[in-house]
Amino acid sequence: MDMSGEYRIAAPIQTVWDAIQDPEILRGAIPGCEELEKTSDTEMSAKVSLKIGPVKAKFAGEVTLKDMDAPNSLKIEGEGKGGIAGFAKGGADVQLAEDGNETILTYQAEAQVGGKIAQLGSRLIQSTAAKLADKFFANLRDELEDS
Amino acid sequence: MTDQGIGARVLRKEDKRFITGKGKYTDDIVQPNQAYAAFVRSPHAHANVKSIDTSAAEAMDGVEAVLNGHQLTGDGIGNIICGWGITSKDGSPMNMGAWSALATDKVRYVGDAVAVVIADSKAQAQAAAEAVMVDYEILPATSNVLASMKEGAPQIHENAPGNLIFDWEIGNKDETDAALASAHHTTTMEITNNRLSPNPMEPRSAVATFDESEDHYTLYTTSQNPHVARLVLSAFYNVAPEHKLRVIAPDVGGGFGAKIYIYPEEIVCLWASMKTNRSVKWTSTRSEAFLTDAHGRDHVSTATMGFDADNNIVGFKINTKANLGAYMSLFSSSVPTYLYATLLSGQYNIANVYCDVQTYYTNTVPVDAYRGAGRPEAAYLIERMMETAARELGVDPGELRRQNFVREFPHQTPVIMAYDSGDFAGNLDQAKAAADVAGFSARKEEAARRGKLRGLGYSNYIEACGIAPSAAVGSLGAGVGLWESAEVRVNPVGTIEILTGSHSHGQGHETTFAQLVSERFDLPTDNIQIVHGDTDKVQFGMGTYGSRSGAVGMSAISKALDKVEAKVKKIAAHVLEASEDDIVIEGGEVKVKGTDKAMGWHEVGLSAYTAHNLPEGMEPGLKEGAFYDPTNFTFPAGCYICEVEVDPQTGVTEIVQFTASDDFGTIINPMIVEGQVHGGIAQGIGQAMLEHAVYDDDGQLLSGSYMDYCMPRADDVPNYTVSHHSTTCPGNPLGMKGCGEAGAIGSPPAVINAITDAIGNNNLSMPATPSRVWAALQQVSAAQAAE
Repeated sequence: MDMSGEYRIAAPIQTVWDAIQDPEILRGAIPGCEELEKTSDTEMSAKVSLKIGPVKAKFAGEVTLKDMDAPNSLKIEGEGKGGIAGFAKGGADVQLAEDGNETILTYQAEAQVGGKIAQLGSRLIQSTAAKLADKFFANLRDELEDS
Repeated sequence: MTDQGIGARVLRKEDKRFITGKGKYTDDIVQPNQAYAAFVRSPHAHANVKSIDTSAAEAMDGVEAVLNGHQLTGDGIGNIICGWGITSKDGSPMNMGAWSALATDKVRYVGDAVAVVIADSKAQAQAAAEAVMVDYEILPATSNVLASMKEGAPQIHENAPGNLIFDWEIGNKDETDAALASAHHTTTMEITNNRLSPNPMEPRSAVATFDESEDHYTLYTTSQNPHVARLVLSAFYNVAPEHKLRVIAPDVGGGFGAKIYIYPEEIVCLWASMKTNRSVKWTSTRSEAFLTDAHGRDHVSTATMGFDADNNIVGFKINTKANLGAYMSLFSSSVPTYLYATLLSGQYNIANVYCDVQTYYTNTVPVDAYRGAGRPEAAYLIERMMETAARELGVDPGELRRQNFVREFPHQTPVIMAYDSGDFAGNLDQAKAAADVAGFSARKEEAARRGKLRGLGYSNYIEACGIAPSAAVGSLGAGVGLWESAEVRVNPVGTIEILTGSHSHGQGHETTFAQLVSERFDLPTDNIQIVHGDTDKVQFGMGTYGSRSGAVGMSAISKALDKVEAKVKKIAAHVLEASEDDIVIEGGEVKVKGTDKAMGWHEVGLSAYTAHNLPEGMEPGLKEGAFYDPTNFTFPAGCYICEVEVDPQTGVTEIVQFTASDDFGTIINPMIVEGQVHGGIAQGIGQAMLEHAVYDDDGQLLSGSYMDYCMPRADDVPNYTVSHHSTTCPGNPLGMKGCGEAGAIGSPPAVINAITDAIGNNNLSMPATPSRVWAALQQVSAAQAAE
């Protein structure tokens, strides 16, 4: 399933660029994130608790940043295992554009799920995933604008 | 005479325990020191298993063992096999891929088991199964035949290039091509038969006990055929030799085909019981049932039917591509071949029929027989073709059928089957009268005034049951003989036990089989007990599927009753000093005809066992057995007429009338037969309008719960009008044909033919959901607007 969105963030492009790679900020922005640790410059491990339809699961997974073109664009990839609930993986292409003192963030994301989440919540996944992606970027904007 | 013999509406003896919650099902069995199994299943449709880390699970409370596929194969447990060999056009054997009960290096569908946890409680087993860490290398997957057959599709089994299992044919190709080339009119359609989940009310379950002191195994399991299960577990899976393995299928809550096969879980429970020296129980959750019970149908076909200038069918050519899933289940190969294409002549006299079938592996759960097994696919194909052809030819669909009916029997079709009896026009007339087809146009006009589109559709199905002469199925590739056995034990007090190799899981055998005995010996059915489902009690049998228990199972009982009757008459003649020919059995007595000399039925039983006064040379006791091997398939047939109303605003379809006229041959209990027809039609309506097992392109099952898999409910089905117009089957002593699957076979095309009639568009696939019906209506509107 594919999702996309656009945000205007009242912060300079370099600030936004740094924030995307800052574990502190990401921990606050990822919906349901319980733990997030940087394991290298471009890799993080995370624990995220999610509810999709009737399935509630804790996902343990890895987040990788790729194709980095500072401060303009990068790709965020994630993959998580939710035990008996199944798995989820996805990625987002993120582009940043300077607009005066503000930044326009656009993203195109895709996600894939399997196992029990797919069997029990398939009708809800598209809407849930879109909502989660949207919430992540909205949280990111809020964190940046509040700070 | 008792009023409980053949033709009586005797209430089902088994219902008292079922409806009061006293049935004894596999999950009700509790063994001493019983542990529970939970399976670790792949969430991926296709992946290499790189490693399995069981250390965390093994350390958890209550965990007895965590076992994997390498240990299973290391102990010599054999791969799961398909028991019906199919030979391709080019003479090559089918490409059967290896299927281990626990996957070793590769998983091939979502739900494929890679490990099992055995623990003290179910909750502990499930929790530990969640803690087993499997490292998968995910591979690209394919979930339908059209994807599997593509160049470059992911390879599922090494020994099946292009995922092709076999490429098989039947009929006369050249003559059919020639007939179609010279036809006055041809009708061509692409027809999909939607994939279904079987959904028996009771999920699968197994309780295995290994007795170390005797080196003996006992398996309670939800099986339609416990003897076949024991044979296969013993001969092919090397779990234990047959005399060291007892299989018991107690009360079983529905099967519909899904409980014919021997699944990985039963094998693993038996093996794990030996490994842990504990009884091991597993009961499927409903989610596991959706993932792992063999699915049904899933055909994609192209068919062309040719007619001469007088509307006689001159040829019928079909290509079918069938999805058999990730592995070949026990009878999977027979379903899209000998149980399907041999019925493609339908009720019609067609000189030239040719069908070729390609079957493919996909990354989905295996596909096998489901109520009707191949015959619903054939009936749906032919009957949609007939209705569509009639519309194209501008003739009445009932009359086009009538004109082409087989009228003389026996009738040899070009596709193996030789029909033995039937009166297809009689069924058509009976159904037309009951459905008031003559008044349809008035009802259509009245519906139109209410803004509804009313349509009427026919289905004249024929199927083949009572499978079948052992030598015949053997020559077609079956790995088993399909006879049935019976034993009749008359006890010293005169009560009777009937041991049968067939198995009841909803069919009501305890009632109908007792009626057969009641008819023969004029005894109340309360004096008769039916014993089945235990390999220690019944010597051997082939189980229940393919509507065979009446035509084959009861024929075996009938043969054994012949022997008992002969012995009873000999004893009575001896005691009463009369001729055997003058002995009659009635009213609980064995009498000398035309005299007042008689013995009570129980006195004959006692005489046989005291053996104080038996004829010279006669062995004591009163127990006889028989094996019955059918001489032919039986051919139930009928005419179904469905009438629907479609709301053009929403596409919502209501079935307003459903009429059935069936030919089942001799009927033992009309109430039970009507129940079978009602249930079968409900399942057929489910397939036609509601049910669809759907995988996404990555092989994830999307219809994995009742929120997404729509079963028919009471308000989805109408009050049926069912009737019978029967001819006697000449092939078995009782004249029976079988009724268990007919409803599910005959009804889907009647429903779709009615909806397509209502909306004026033949391009509609099952399930005809409101959204599909609405979309088909929009096609009609768009076409009209373009004109």
